[in-house]
Amino acid sequence: MKARIRKLAIFLEETCQEMGKTITPPTRRAAAVAVIENPYAGKYVEDLSELMVIGEELGELLTKRAVAALGISGPSAESYGKAAAVGENGEIEHAAAILHPKLGTPVRKVLGKGAALIPSSKKRGGMGVVLDIPLGHKDAAYVRSHFDGMEVRINDAPRANEIMVAIAVTDSGRPLARVGGLTKDQIKGEDGLR
Amino acid sequence: MPEAQVRKKLTIVEEIFHEGGPVSEQPLRRGATLAVIHNPFAGRYVEDIAGFMEDLKPLGLDMAKALIIALGGTKSVEGFGKGAIVGSSGELEHGALWHVPGGYAMRQLLGDAKAIVSSTKKMGGPGSRLDVPITHINASYVRSHFDAMEVGVTDAPRSDEIVLALVMTTGPRIHARVGGLKASEIKGEDGLR
Repeated sequence: MKARIRKLAIFLEETCQEMGKTITPPTRRAAAVAVIENPYAGKYVEDLSELMVIGEELGELLTKRAVAALGISGPSAESYGKAAAVGENGEIEHAAAILHPKLGTPVRKVLGKGAALIPSSKKRGGMGVVLDIPLGHKDAAYVRSHFDGMEVRINDAPRANEIMVAIAVTDSGRPLARVGGLTKDQIKGEDGLR
Repeated sequence: MPEAQVRKKLTIVEEIFHEGGPVSEQPLRRGATLAVIHNPFAGRYVEDIAGFMEDLKPLGLDMAKALIIALGGTKSVEGFGKGAIVGSSGELEHGALWHVPGGYAMRQLLGDAKAIVSSTKKMGGPGSRLDVPITHINASYVRSHFDAMEVGVTDAPRSDEIVLALVMTTGPRIHARVGGLKASEIKGEDGLR
């Protein structure tokens, strides 16, 4: 593996009740986060291809870990999202190099499909920074019940020369979704949008 | 009293490979399981609360069981700790209700672990963080196993809720090297050494 991983963290969240209503089955989402060394920390480097390769590796590793935490098969996943936080000696462009060029393909391979854009967020920050991973349905971006977000943070990351990379996967939408819009049973799944 | 009403559960597992030093062949795993429950005593002073400890026992056992599985089974677990965050309409004393059901659940499932379960508690709002202290499960003085894990839930505790936490680790700090009693030197008589 090209990525030098200091730490992995897996978060599994289950919502059993909301506003006194029981959620059956509970909505569940998982996030897998890797804390890696930033090979370009502290200097300007034009060619960011090493981080793109790292993105590809982490796409597979983190998606597999998130799916395993949910205890489901990849294709049963419903929504996904990705995010990265770069330590203070890095550039926001380093997060972009990990997230955008190559990370998506292995994510979709693990999940069977994934016609929709993987929603993403990125930031630079210090240890304990909060990362809000946006979530959207994996096959149709317009499914309104699945627009959501998951917060993750690790108290000792990212250090100055590190990057925190996160992938979130769910088996459900929001717990009491009721604001209309496209529903998951209406998905055509041709263009990744509807 | 009815069983605890759980709004949300959160499991966190960290795998630590190194912290700037040599990469360990055996990564340290640190795990936490959290349950967000309704506080049945929120909003008023209730004198007699101790019965709720009994009601929390099944939840404590479920949480401990789930965490042990997440960390690879009973044999993997070497450290533990517990904690609670009480929402603003409750009382710190409500957090103390977790000592018995949380602690005994872990000790029971870990083969009658001998050491006291280190703990912490506080009042807090949604997103409050809690640094849960960790010590060796059979001998509190094992220095390599003194540790802590920061936990919290973004949207909890609300004012009438309590966040309950159990934490376990699978070994010493990743680069432990400050001496003291070693795990290999445990006598295992008093839970201390």
